[in-house]
Amino acid sequence: MDGKVLLTMRHIKKEFPGVLALNNVDFTLRKGEIHALMGENGAGKSTLIKILTGVYQMDDGEVTIDDNKVFIHSPQDAQNSGISTVYQEITLCPNLTVAENMYIGREDSAWIRRREYERRADEILTKLEIPARSTQQLGRCSLAIQQMVAIARAVDMKCKVLILDEPTSSLDDKEVNMLFKLMRDLKAQGVGIIFVTHFLEQVYEVSDRITVLRNGELVGEYRTEELPQVQLVSKMIGKDLDELSSLKENTDSEKEEGEVFYEASTLSSTQTHPFNFKIRKGEVNGFTGLLGSGRSESVRAIFGADRITGGIVHIKGKPAKITKPIDAMKHGIGYLAEDRKRDGIIAELSVRENIILALQVMNGFFKPISRSESEAFADEYIKVLQIKTANRETPVGSLSGGNQQKVILARWLLTHPDYLILDEPTRGIDVGTKLEIQKLVLKLAEEGVSVTFISSEVEEMLRTCSRLIVMRDRHIVGELKGDDLNQAEVMKTIAGGKA
Amino acid sequence: MRKNLIKREPFSDTQLLMTITIGIFVIMYLSAMGFLGGGFLHFQQICDMLNDNASLIIVSCGLTIVMIGGGIDISVGAVTSLVVMSCVLYLNNDGNIIVSILLALGIGLAFGLVHGFLISYLEIQPFIVTLAGMFFARGMTTILSNNPQKVSHESFAKLRSIKIEIPWLGYTANNGNLITAKMELGVVIAFVCLIAIFILLKYVRLGRCFYAMGGNQQSALMLGINVKRTRFLTYVISGLLSGISGFVFMMHTGAGNSTNALGMEMNAIAASIIGGTLLTGGVGNVAGTFFGVMTLTTIKKIVVSSGLNDPWWQDITNGGMLCFFILLQSIVLSRRNRNKKAKVKV
Repeated sequence: MDGKVLLTMRHIKKEFPGVLALNNVDFTLRKGEIHALMGENGAGKSTLIKILTGVYQMDDGEVTIDDNKVFIHSPQDAQNSGISTVYQEITLCPNLTVAENMYIGREDSAWIRRREYERRADEILTKLEIPARSTQQLGRCSLAIQQMVAIARAVDMKCKVLILDEPTSSLDDKEVNMLFKLMRDLKAQGVGIIFVTHFLEQVYEVSDRITVLRNGELVGEYRTEELPQVQLVSKMIGKDLDELSSLKENTDSEKEEGEVFYEASTLSSTQTHPFNFKIRKGEVNGFTGLLGSGRSESVRAIFGADRITGGIVHIKGKPAKITKPIDAMKHGIGYLAEDRKRDGIIAELSVRENIILALQVMNGFFKPISRSESEAFADEYIKVLQIKTANRETPVGSLSGGNQQKVILARWLLTHPDYLILDEPTRGIDVGTKLEIQKLVLKLAEEGVSVTFISSEVEEMLRTCSRLIVMRDRHIVGELKGDDLNQAEVMKTIAGGKA
Repeated sequence: MRKNLIKREPFSDTQLLMTITIGIFVIMYLSAMGFLGGGFLHFQQICDMLNDNASLIIVSCGLTIVMIGGGIDISVGAVTSLVVMSCVLYLNNDGNIIVSILLALGIGLAFGLVHGFLISYLEIQPFIVTLAGMFFARGMTTILSNNPQKVSHESFAKLRSIKIEIPWLGYTANNGNLITAKMELGVVIAFVCLIAIFILLKYVRLGRCFYAMGGNQQSALMLGINVKRTRFLTYVISGLLSGISGFVFMMHTGAGNSTNALGMEMNAIAASIIGGTLLTGGVGNVAGTFFGVMTLTTIKKIVVSSGLNDPWWQDITNGGMLCFFILLQSIVLSRRNRNKKAKVKV
């Protein structure tokens, strides 16, 4: 069912200061198809989408719709060209009614014809079988309905191209199915849909074609039925499977014996499905999976960083209640957050102040750490971790990414944790520092600290972890250890074993 | 499936909050009639409340629009005062009434334009901008005249004295004379403004854009609304209404004083909030604001009638009421949201 070509993007190039975000990327969308746009973080998906929606201007290349060259300089231009976008975050106004949300910003007269809008809105809602009424206040509908109202608005605007940017990330299974039905209906009406998601299963359930991007370059366009999941994963990550099979990494000897430090059963937070997890003293294990598979959410649940909704936790065999980060810290758990800018460093404070922060919190704010003590701590860790800073009073914000990471690491080491969770500690830092951090992880483990390590780079995890927990679509889908710890096996598990 | 979802949902948040305010106003007024009697039993009481507060009603309407759009304008009282002083001096200098009206509108508009430009296009915090505007207007008023100035203009005095008499709402005094209820011209102007803003908010596209912008600025932008222009217009309208308010104020007092309308912006904010406008934007209604003003005034009257004549008693009760209303609003809204979540789960 090769439809007529609806939208083409040719030789798209986009450069940000210092980064080539898109290099010579082509993309083709046909009438009546659902086209999945895939790629890991930084692959250029969102840049491509933003060029199409007029948020960014491309540096080079051309876009055609129905064989006519179009120039998109603003979201308004995109709408006029028949391109509508539904974003992950709902971009409607919760305080207005459904009908108002569908018609605001595009009424043709200065007066509001409320009745007419409501009638037309109800017509469309009925046609698309969206269970909402035009007079309802949008904020009082569920997220899925809100998402669908956004789509209904796009449909009513007679859009030819509908971009759905991660529409399913906040929906539950039932709601996802409702959305898919709507997508298929629209497809039957000849709308071209660009579907951006990180849920592999959903791609295979609903899409006709897949375009894969990696590091700002086009990997290729495939028909969905011709691209097995495992190949999709390897194309996204950028390793050929055959080549990988021959690679065999040295893995640490397993630590099957030893006391279990932390054990959770059916632990769940608002962000995760229930899962079981345990770690022994001195063990290094890791969560792996594609971006958004739930690996960060899982460790956040362990640390109590999201709202915990259920589960039993034992620490050193004793029941423990961890609902807030401070609970976890008191049990000797440290957590180095994924996004160090948002969750980690306080850029305006000095290296010293950042280092003593966690210890200060642990001690309570009424028992201040003396100046000389904190200076001694800071100097010690600056030396041990070889943090490259002018002196201990330099603001952390002026340090390089790798050194910022070391400062946060120092912060947690200072609390002498029994269990350290490192979420993407090596992201965005240079190779030398990466190696140092990996060595440090292994050294800590030798000293009896349990470590959970998360990294987007599978090699890194294979080098450091003795056990890997594989996640897909927010479920644990496998656990690898010993001989199974190799790239081929990891990828097969991530993709669901359907090689 | 659709059948299940068709439940009557008659009230939006805005309507609910407004209804609560109206309810409380009515209860308060009725109990004042019952317990205090006296003036409260006569319609003239309501006329007096309106006469005294016509200009407050007008600025509160402007402030409600700004607050619905997610902003704040604390310059309204000072601008009102500046307008009063300018017009008084102009009229005393053998001015023309029509020109003085234009002067009032012009001053208000000028403040609105500058505020709107700085806030929308240069993206400076509205609080800071209008705070500066407030100091500026207050300072200008004092420069114009440090002493109270009475209007001596003849035709203005005539215009001032025009009262709308409503005989059938009057009452017979002890000596047998019929005393008709009297309403000032300013009240009519206030009602015209009120109705105009009500229509603007409810039936005009621009009005809906104010709500959209206050609800979620980013979304409003994505929905194709020119957010900068819309925000600009909220301050322009607020400025213009401050100008009108100034003229009405002058018609009521007939004099200019550098301390005129002192603290009026705070009363206007309080009235808007009591009327159901949320400081976070996106929710509000001028009809509610009107009842907000009336509620504040009723409290004032009750306090005075109860013999607590010192001004701090009014402030204390106003503060208490404001606190009570905000608490009530947040309780009501959070309960609603809780119900909604429960509904989604089913």
